[in-house]
Amino acid sequence: MKTLNKALVIAWKDILSETRTKEIISSVLIFAILVIVIFNFAFSGSQQTMISLAPGILWVTFAFAGVLSLNRAFIQEKDDDCLEGLMVCPVSRETIYLGKMLGSLFFMLFIEAIVLPVFALLFNVNVISLPLITITVLTTIGFVAVGTLFSALAVNTKAREMVLPILFFPIVTPIIISAVSASGLALGGESWGSITYWLGIIAAFDVIFLVVSYLVFSFVIEE
Amino acid sequence: MKATTNERAVEVKGLTKSFGNHLALGGIDFIVEPGKTLAIFGPNGAGKTTLIKILASIMKPTAGEVFINGLDLNHNAEDIRSQIGIVSHQTFLYGNLTAYENLLFYCRMYDVADFKQRILQVVSMVGMQYRLHDRIGTLSRGMQQRLSIARCLLHKPSIVLLDEPETGLDQQATSMLWGALREDGAKKRTIIFTSHSLERGLNACDDLIILNRGKIAHRQPSMDLGLAGLKKAYQNCTGAGDENPE
Repeated sequence: MKTLNKALVIAWKDILSETRTKEIISSVLIFAILVIVIFNFAFSGSQQTMISLAPGILWVTFAFAGVLSLNRAFIQEKDDDCLEGLMVCPVSRETIYLGKMLGSLFFMLFIEAIVLPVFALLFNVNVISLPLITITVLTTIGFVAVGTLFSALAVNTKAREMVLPILFFPIVTPIIISAVSASGLALGGESWGSITYWLGIIAAFDVIFLVVSYLVFSFVIEE
Repeated sequence: MKATTNERAVEVKGLTKSFGNHLALGGIDFIVEPGKTLAIFGPNGAGKTTLIKILASIMKPTAGEVFINGLDLNHNAEDIRSQIGIVSHQTFLYGNLTAYENLLFYCRMYDVADFKQRILQVVSMVGMQYRLHDRIGTLSRGMQQRLSIARCLLHKPSIVLLDEPETGLDQQATSMLWGALREDGAKKRTIIFTSHSLERGLNACDDLIILNRGKIAHRQPSMDLGLAGLKKAYQNCTGAGDENPE
């Protein structure tokens, strides 16, 4: 309970700081909407064609927007020279990971909550449904679990904007494939039963990478 | 610097830290008794900051042992962190947040009871109560350093680590720094600090060590050594014939 409380304090601090600068929200949101608009111009066709293309477009947008957002997770700590300030607080390294992860999760979900209706409007597909929201939330947890770890790793490198995508995308490929497949089924009006298989893979990815990232974070941050 | 085990605030045994092939600290041993102030002098690259970072548990040693208030740093890092405060070159304050928000954040991280009162108390100590609701980014370097001292004192640490704490501080603020560190709370604090100013360092400490190339080149109680003696010892230890320490 103490771990969660402290993690929420770290997440609160990140959210408060973001409300001042709006660096992540504004830049990532504009980027995501631009990508959707470009895809909207690039692809045209029948409703059936759009439904088959929509999952891929949606997850390409979320994946690239996610990288942009996650890149910022530790940059503020680095820019303000505050990472060591967090490290001298009487909390475990894992708590710092959890706090940063919760902050990033909030930003990603906030951006997705705005992007999804825009996507629905431009592509004329019904993305505001319980199955699709479930897929989005579960996939975003996996994204952020991996991304927060790699963001901490990349922040100490010179080409950090390049390093994060290079590390991040190969690892999240399975969850992107699963999310695209599950979203395709959800948009096609398939039942929960047919989506469950892919949701299971996404949930397993979330659990594995949350646990692994949580456990290895201290090695990443300390050396 | 002798003490029995249960009297030791800080005990360092065979502390070694290497970065690849570079030996930053090569088998450091020292003891600091509770309430005493230890000054660490040395030229750039001597290992002062590395030593402070290890004591603060920011960095892990390659070998050796550190005991803080009798607790082994390798196994009780979280407990130890709640008992120490640190002022460094960096202020550990977020530029986008106000002074109050920064201090509130650290109060929550350190479980400070009665935090509103404590925040007012520490900012008054450092003379920053009038800028409490200003963003850190709008404050001067010296003001930020004052707030960094306030941040360090929030949780009433029994041990304070200072890595060149006078960075950016004017004369008045420097006096205030030592006043705040010593007057806050009834119990006398254990202080370990690094400094490039031999004169100010000598005045503030009970014991001193001179580090050179990761090793203790000289150690002595400050009362046994005047400024001239310290300057001579410093130059002998570091070979800094052409260097002019303050």
